[in-house]
Amino acid sequence: MAFGILATGAYIPRLRLQRRAIVDANRWFAPGLSSLGKGERAICNWDEDVITMAVEAARDATIGVDRNDIASLYLASTTFPFLDRLNAGVVAEALCLPEALSALDVASTQRCATSALAHALRGTDSSIVVAAEHRRTRAASAIELNAGDGAAAVVVGEGEPLARLVGRAHSTVDFVDHFRTAESEFDYQWEERWIRDAGYMTIVPPVIARCLAEAGLKASDVNHFCMAAMVPRVVNAVGKTAGIADAVIADSLQALCGDTGAAHPLLLLVAALERAKAGERIMVVGFGQGADALLFEVTGAAAAKGRLGCAGHLARRREETNYSKFLAFNDLIEIERGMRSETDKQTPLSSLWRNRDTVTGMIGGQCSVCGTLQFPITRICVNPNCNAMDTQEPHPFSRKTGRVNSFTADRLTYSPDPPACYGMVQFEEGGRWMMDFTDVEADKLEVGMRMRMMFRIKDVDAQRGFRRYFWKAAPAEAAEGSA
Amino acid sequence: MPTGIRDKVAILGMGCSKFGERWESDASDLMVEAFAEGIKDAGIETKQIDAAWLSTAIEEQHVGKSAVPLATALRLPFIPVTRVENFCASGTEAFRGAVYAVASGAADFALALGVEKLKDTGYGGLPQRGRGTLNNQTWPNLSAPGLFAQLGAAYRAKHDVSRDDLKRAMAHISVKSHDNAARNPKAHLRNRITMDTVLNAPLVADPLGLYDCCGVSDGAACAIVTTPEIARSLGKTDLVSVKALQLSVSNGLEAQHNSWDGSYFHTTRVAARRAYQEAAIEKPRDEISLVEVHDCFSVTELVTLEDLQLSGEGGGIADVLNGFYDADGTIPCQIDGGLKCFGHPIGASGLRMIYEMYLQILGRAGERQRKRTPRLGMTHNLGGFPHQNVCSIAIVGRYGD
Repeated sequence: MAFGILATGAYIPRLRLQRRAIVDANRWFAPGLSSLGKGERAICNWDEDVITMAVEAARDATIGVDRNDIASLYLASTTFPFLDRLNAGVVAEALCLPEALSALDVASTQRCATSALAHALRGTDSSIVVAAEHRRTRAASAIELNAGDGAAAVVVGEGEPLARLVGRAHSTVDFVDHFRTAESEFDYQWEERWIRDAGYMTIVPPVIARCLAEAGLKASDVNHFCMAAMVPRVVNAVGKTAGIADAVIADSLQALCGDTGAAHPLLLLVAALERAKAGERIMVVGFGQGADALLFEVTGAAAAKGRLGCAGHLARRREETNYSKFLAFNDLIEIERGMRSETDKQTPLSSLWRNRDTVTGMIGGQCSVCGTLQFPITRICVNPNCNAMDTQEPHPFSRKTGRVNSFTADRLTYSPDPPACYGMVQFEEGGRWMMDFTDVEADKLEVGMRMRMMFRIKDVDAQRGFRRYFWKAAPAEAAEGSA
Repeated sequence: MPTGIRDKVAILGMGCSKFGERWESDASDLMVEAFAEGIKDAGIETKQIDAAWLSTAIEEQHVGKSAVPLATALRLPFIPVTRVENFCASGTEAFRGAVYAVASGAADFALALGVEKLKDTGYGGLPQRGRGTLNNQTWPNLSAPGLFAQLGAAYRAKHDVSRDDLKRAMAHISVKSHDNAARNPKAHLRNRITMDTVLNAPLVADPLGLYDCCGVSDGAACAIVTTPEIARSLGKTDLVSVKALQLSVSNGLEAQHNSWDGSYFHTTRVAARRAYQEAAIEKPRDEISLVEVHDCFSVTELVTLEDLQLSGEGGGIADVLNGFYDADGTIPCQIDGGLKCFGHPIGASGLRMIYEMYLQILGRAGERQRKRTPRLGMTHNLGGFPHQNVCSIAIVGRYGD
């Protein structure tokens, strides 16, 4: 038994917008962006955000982990949907974490994930650190091309760790390379050359040196160097100054998903752990108003079976070439949504609270008399040969797979991504629900298709700025084993 | 074992407005239009009505809640008036209220009036209804075509039917209803269409295309009922009486229990069985002369005909394509054009169906009158969705038969 990183998970949205589509659409205005037109970036589906991605990454990380053992949840992001409502609280409810949980939203800097992980590693309790980012960017900006949406999660605690912390160092300075305020929608950034020279190159190498010194190791002992930076080639430059060779610098995932902002250092760490061998050392650096450096030694313990991780989620992909869809999903253009979209989506908060186990946790019931599984849990059993009263025990449905019993691709009802696909999903052990589908193509749907549950945005209440969440069915085959 | 409603109540008079896009009319105008015809037909005065029922479903689009709108529109003399709402079965529910009032002896004359004014929404198709606070959080943002389309998928899977065969039978159903409505001056859609038009129409929710979906209309219909004895005392000799009135409401089984396969209407089967028993009908396919089913979508009509035991299970497609349900077939279905073409002002639809049966049995259906006068007419409403609904069935026939 030892304290360290017990498990890791990742989530990268399935849609991958081809950068060429962004460049082509904007060439008339910003021809200078053409050089950034290679590869693809992960984009959230219309029903994904920081909370939903965090839930999926945490589910990926907790395969084989008893969630009842988790004492703390840290959720790191600079793009939380709620400013005053604990975003981590939604994630905790969706994961059915114990109520005695300590939960924090960690925000306001691109290094919030490494800071949260460093904090979790100071303790002795089990905790889960999740980072997710869904950045809004201006059309025809470099950041629109370089950024990607995604999430990563790390479980820390006592057990058989995948890696142990061997060194750490921090610095905090008010270096403003870019900022975003409560009033501003988008980042405002200073000159890249200044950010490189006065920022990264000045601030990061001393922190790396202190981290190595604490561990009693040399720069050449680092086998995987995980650092993210939007400024080109700066990671290699920092590495060179710190004595870290180009060969050990972790791939930025730029070609495959883009820079996931606050989540990116954690995502790079998760990816590195997927390929690192026993005895190797991984350094992860977070930068933003100072820097964090964390140095890990890999134990060689095996990761849980069935997790998709970073590699699995990168492989679960669908190419998207429609830039206008990306703009619409992110509310960057006003599209004519039609009168059917005007239906009031108000969520009575008292009802949401009362029904949180059903809505957020997807807890159904199992009748203790006849054994019938049913969703949602009710006072009277649905089995026509039973109908017993007050006999149902809570039974979780979110980790089940079901099969499509009937389905439709509805072109009449309002959907931000028509046609609206939904249908009756029948769970293999019992229970069923008429539910929304997500991450599907209408022409691929068929009766009998196996579906898994994914936590998604159900509706956006544009009038009040609220958004509500529920579970949707997505094809299971693309995500075998994910729970 | 209850004795049932058979022959305890007679229809004294009926009325029905013109259905359609009645841009010039408020719901109150439509109510008066149907009532004027009904009260004249009944041969009584407004002040003789002892109790009334108003059916309307999406009241927030027109009259608002309660029974006040009916009492006010007709200037009913401060009698008991009740508003009922049970999805698309609302019209038959109003009728049931009035019929039961007469059968109980509480009323000599009772009025059932259904109305819907749907064309003030600003867009085509049915407006989305409130679904309840919890349902809004867990149901898909579903539409009626999206859910009824799923019948098609499940029916095909169960009976091993190709999409083409299903589409052809559905198209025949719609072509037939347009043909029938062309002979009905009160119908909303009176144009004839071809199989090709239906089959090539844009999809609304696969396999339902534009012409597989019924019209959304404004309209009203009403019935005035009394006992057969009172009707006779008023000089009526040719009486149409109520033979059965049944209602079956989903209890969550279809939505939550895996015993339902999605290919049929559980409620319709239950309600039909009870209705035949109440009306003492043993062989529906041989005894029913006319049927009006809730053809909100062509696939609903197809599946319902089997659930009503008029076609054998899996036999609906062959019967439809063989013309069994055509106007000149063995059991005409939607001889007035049905929801598809007469139109579907929700609260009025059940009463509109009974109105057609009443006219046909009395030989008053004009150009579309069946030559061999029908003996027993059956109406069927289905409100809600295949996996969660309200089904009402009425059987009316010649009194004394």
